Amino acid sequence: MSDNSGKVFGIAVTFCAMFLFWLLLSGMLDALHVGAGLICSLIVALISHDLLVTGKGEKRLVKAFRFFIYLGWELWQIILANFDVTYRVLHPKMPIDPVIIEFETPLRSDFALVTLANSITLTPGTITINVDPTKGKFQVHAIAQAPADALTVDKTMQSKVAKVFMEEG
Amino acid sequence: MMDIDTVFLAVGLLIVVTIFLALYRATVGPEVFNRVAAINVIGTKTIVLLVLIGYIFERPLFFDISLLYALLNFIGTLAFAKYLERGEVWSS
Amino acid sequence: MVELIVVIVTILLAAGVFFMLSGAIGLLRLPDFYTRLHATGKCDTLGEVLILFGLLLYHIFVYSPGAELSVQLVPVKLLFLICFIFLANPTATHAIMKAAYNTGVKPWKKGDPRM
Repeated sequence: MSDNSGKVFGIAVTFCAMFLFWLLLSGMLDALHVGAGLICSLIVALISHDLLVTGKGEKRLVKAFRFFIYLGWELWQIILANFDVTYRVLHPKMPIDPVIIEFETPLRSDFALVTLANSITLTPGTITINVDPTKGKFQVHAIAQAPADALTVDKTMQSKVAKVFMEEG
Repeated sequence: MMDIDTVFLAVGLLIVVTIFLALYRATVGPEVFNRVAAINVIGTKTIVLLVLIGYIFERPLFFDISLLYALLNFIGTLAFAKYLERGEVWSS
Repeated sequence: MVELIVVIVTILLAAGVFFMLSGAIGLLRLPDFYTRLHATGKCDTLGEVLILFGLLLYHIFVYSPGAELSVQLVPVKLLFLICFIFLANPTATHAIMKAAYNTGVKPWKKGDPRM
């Protein structure tokens, strides 16, 4: 019973989100466009509601709030990363010395892993190569030794992401 | 006062220059992965170029095209990477 | 007010194009596949987001007042594009890099010849 009502809730949430998306993208409010949007978003909601609403997870609001605070810090890191890459590219001698490092994290959930992987790619001097979701193991290509140490020794970013998603091991 | 259309035109032309720089990497290579990366870069630059063209010619239609192009470029790159890794696109 | 917005938009566009150009130069200059992806994955993401954000400001304050509804909703599309680029660009970079690493492309070490 509770399973069924959860499914109906998922379909309803997906339908509302898809219809809002349609209205925002089309911007036409006559009967033809709104009717076509209703039909299309109903079909999409029936087929793929289990992709958007997974039905598990608690304290979503707190996580979303902390995630937005984290995004501010992340934006600043992205700007630093761009100046770092621009310096390395435009410097006549190109101060690069690539290494590949591995480390493990206590993170397990998909969203936390995706956030950490994308953050590593966008922050100075490092790109994620491979993620093992069962052990939380990351393989990272670093452009020099200093950015690699920031991940393996300082662990600022891992602890920040773990705090956001409350998965400190 | 500077004319904003001139700015848009200059930015668009500079983006075309970066596309040609990436096109050099896509034609010379070496190896297939350099080419895939360069093609992905050209695709993402094209998104911005389409939005700029929408403002230069004052046609809001171009924004929808750029949204579609963003989705197609992303999916195309993912499919290409998967194909190069496994030798097939579908694996059951 | 409009002049100030135009100046801010110009600065944002110039910064975006500067980062995109340095990303393209990195794509040409850096020695191997993995380091080239460093240049494109970061510089292109921020450069494109800066340009789209500048155009969003231009649309809200200069272009759209007094226009019809479907034109006034264009900033939403640009916002979707910005979010999508932030999500999709690093993911595409991972995908190509993982494919290259698993098929055995060797990373460049200091002192090796250019590849």
